[in-house]
Amino acid sequence: MLSRVADSLYWLARYIERAENHARILDVNLQVTLDSAANGTAAEGRDWQPILATFEDQKLFNSLYAVTNADSVCEFVTFAKENPASIWSCVSLARENARTVREYISSEMWERINELYLWLRSAGARDLQESSGIDFYRQIVDYSHQFHGTTDATLTHGEGWNFIQVGKFMERADSASRIVDLKYHILLPSNEPIGGNVDTVQWQAVLRSCSGLEAFRKSHPGQVTPWDVAEFIILHESFPRSIRFCVNAFDAALHRISGCDRAHFSNEAERASGRLCSELTYTGIAEIFQNGLHEYLDGIQVHLHDIGIAMHAAFCDWMESPEAALPTGPAPQTQRQGS
Amino acid sequence: MGRLFHGYEPGDFFDEMFEAPGRVRPHYGQLLKRFEALSESEVERKYHLATQTFLNQGVTFTVYSDDQGTERIMPFDPIPRVIPHAEWEHIERGLIQRITALNLFLQDIYHEQRIVQEGIVPEEVVMTAKHFRPELIGCDVAQNTYIHICGSDLIRDRDGNYLVLEDNGRCPSGVSYVLANREVMKRVYPTLFAQHKVRPVGSYGQDLLNVLRFVAPRNCPTPEDPNVVLLTPGIYNSAYFEHSFLARSMGVEIVVGQDLVVKDNVVWMKTTKGLERVDVIYRRIDDDYLDPTVFRSDSMLGVPGLVNAYRDGNVSLANALGTGVADDKVMYYFVPRMVKFYLGEEPILPNVPTYLSMFDADRQYILEHIRELVIKSANESGGYGMLIGPHATAAEHEKFRQAIRADPRNYVGQPVISLSRSPSVCDGAIEGRHVDLRPYILCGEKITIIPGGLTRVALRKGSLVVNSSQGGGSKDTWVVDESDDSEPASDHVAC
Repeated sequence: MLSRVADSLYWLARYIERAENHARILDVNLQVTLDSAANGTAAEGRDWQPILATFEDQKLFNSLYAVTNADSVCEFVTFAKENPASIWSCVSLARENARTVREYISSEMWERINELYLWLRSAGARDLQESSGIDFYRQIVDYSHQFHGTTDATLTHGEGWNFIQVGKFMERADSASRIVDLKYHILLPSNEPIGGNVDTVQWQAVLRSCSGLEAFRKSHPGQVTPWDVAEFIILHESFPRSIRFCVNAFDAALHRISGCDRAHFSNEAERASGRLCSELTYTGIAEIFQNGLHEYLDGIQVHLHDIGIAMHAAFCDWMESPEAALPTGPAPQTQRQGS
Repeated sequence: MGRLFHGYEPGDFFDEMFEAPGRVRPHYGQLLKRFEALSESEVERKYHLATQTFLNQGVTFTVYSDDQGTERIMPFDPIPRVIPHAEWEHIERGLIQRITALNLFLQDIYHEQRIVQEGIVPEEVVMTAKHFRPELIGCDVAQNTYIHICGSDLIRDRDGNYLVLEDNGRCPSGVSYVLANREVMKRVYPTLFAQHKVRPVGSYGQDLLNVLRFVAPRNCPTPEDPNVVLLTPGIYNSAYFEHSFLARSMGVEIVVGQDLVVKDNVVWMKTTKGLERVDVIYRRIDDDYLDPTVFRSDSMLGVPGLVNAYRDGNVSLANALGTGVADDKVMYYFVPRMVKFYLGEEPILPNVPTYLSMFDADRQYILEHIRELVIKSANESGGYGMLIGPHATAAEHEKFRQAIRADPRNYVGQPVISLSRSPSVCDGAIEGRHVDLRPYILCGEKITIIPGGLTRVALRKGSLVVNSSQGGGSKDTWVVDESDDSEPASDHVAC
């Protein structure tokens, strides 16, 4: 398939997933702040400040808004065109990528994206966000699920579908690591009595923001401990939003693209993802806490970033410098990075 | 008549649907009945449903009025234009004759130039045509076909005669609307299709692919299975929807210039598994932008080296390079002569009477009668560079007079044709609006024409300009068997 198409499919999936994850974070934070019923602007600022930290764009936020509260943060993360990571921007970028590969994706996939795009621009969407934020953000999550469900049901599970899987799971792993990192201070074991009211609410919020609360309860009946929550989101083998699950899923997709078996690698992206996969399979939560949760999550994010760069080199390198890709041997069609 | 068409006034024009006030033409009889079975609120509801369907499917073109690049749908009129079978056969014969002559003409002027030597077309007209490419003289193209896809514009005069207004032999657009309009009509007005045998249009993608595969270049390593791609300027082009739509209907890759690279005069595309050879390019980029090393050097859309690959017979382009010479509005004047010269036949579809200001007598006539004429410059399109005499001011007349005197080669004059009208929904009421017809002709192993084509409608009251950039809309166009009207009622949907 065309390198440009592969690249667009990958980013299309990433942007849709990113919009969904941002909607999840805002949804949960709205619920939590309702529960904690924070009073006064200072308290409200404390509730919403950490959200901005995940997007690493405090400066841009400060240039646009005077106060940090539910309204300004939700506006910034949802509708602000100036914010390249806002839901609005992600959906626009997803649609733009979809437009460039319109002939590759199914009409049904395109219609899901286009509906989301048009709805987000409608007055109805704004009204809903203002009157019932929780419903609004769930609607976005629903659109994203519809998109991925439609993709699985209508697109051939070939090379392009695999690039979509890589993009989706790469973004989801990255987002999960940021959500855990955002709350790492409450996940660290401390001397405070475990199971205190406020903490439980916060831990539950972390789980809920990745739809993990119910799954968690099934596998951990009884007390909710921060230790278990972190282990669940980072290392669970089969929960579809855990970091380990996501890394495993995109490693499998990368190998399906190249046709190389999972025990080996045929390019640097596979080597890096395979390595991260093993790391997550064989590490334990005690070890992670011992070496520092924040440092560990940081390492994962760096690793994910490197895999993205290696992928570009493996599949799209000739997009910018075609000269490098010109066939020199007799069989250019089968030219491939050797292992 | 029921309420919807109550008081409909055909006016002093050829009306597609009514012979006279209250007297419907036979091939519209069933349609009128079905339409009048609908209440006004149903028509209104269906209108919005159709609009929403177009929007959701992204059947849009881009308007560059602000930095966001607003997307609009082409206004869609729900009352179909119906063409009886016999009438269509006449059009079809005429178009096949015309495109055959045009392809022979292009083959001729890029080789022996017999038509010039024998004095049928003045040498000066060929040499000064803006889109003539002397550098391609002697260059052979696959199957000797230059125009593979043609979209001639037809109009009807006051007596209902079909005339050719122009031949679009470069990159005619709009066929995706024909297919999308039909899909939407079937979805929103399924009952209208009952009792009509409407000829289907859905095979266009396959037909187009067959044409492109047929013209594999002479050095194609796999002539029975050439690799076909569609080259687009990109998503910001106003017709991008159509490009992607056509690539999808054919199941071929859509590429932009940066996806292609030329080495040793062979074209390759960049894939995740390395480079893959390309044999046939359906290009939706004008000649001027195709290859910055040969034509416009500032083009960011093209592929450096493409023209050499084409000249060497390693890649085919559809349409071929240099077809624009036949689109020149001065050359248009000579098309009926080409038909006689190459085919020895009388033209089936006549031209609109045309005066060439390069001829002294004609120029004199144009300058004196400019108030009654439509003046067109030879190489503008989309309704630009045009003067409609009766609607223009004295100052505008004078401006064109000066332009004509300064550059007589570049202008033609035509009488104003009062285009036929077709009933259209305008602000809830039904009124007559002017229409034209663009059939899409494909030249491969045989010549095929999509039944009907795109009916464009000038929705602005009194307007004669049907272009979408000037407020035009479109209608579904049906070619039907006339005998259907007398058939016993049956409720099958014929598409």
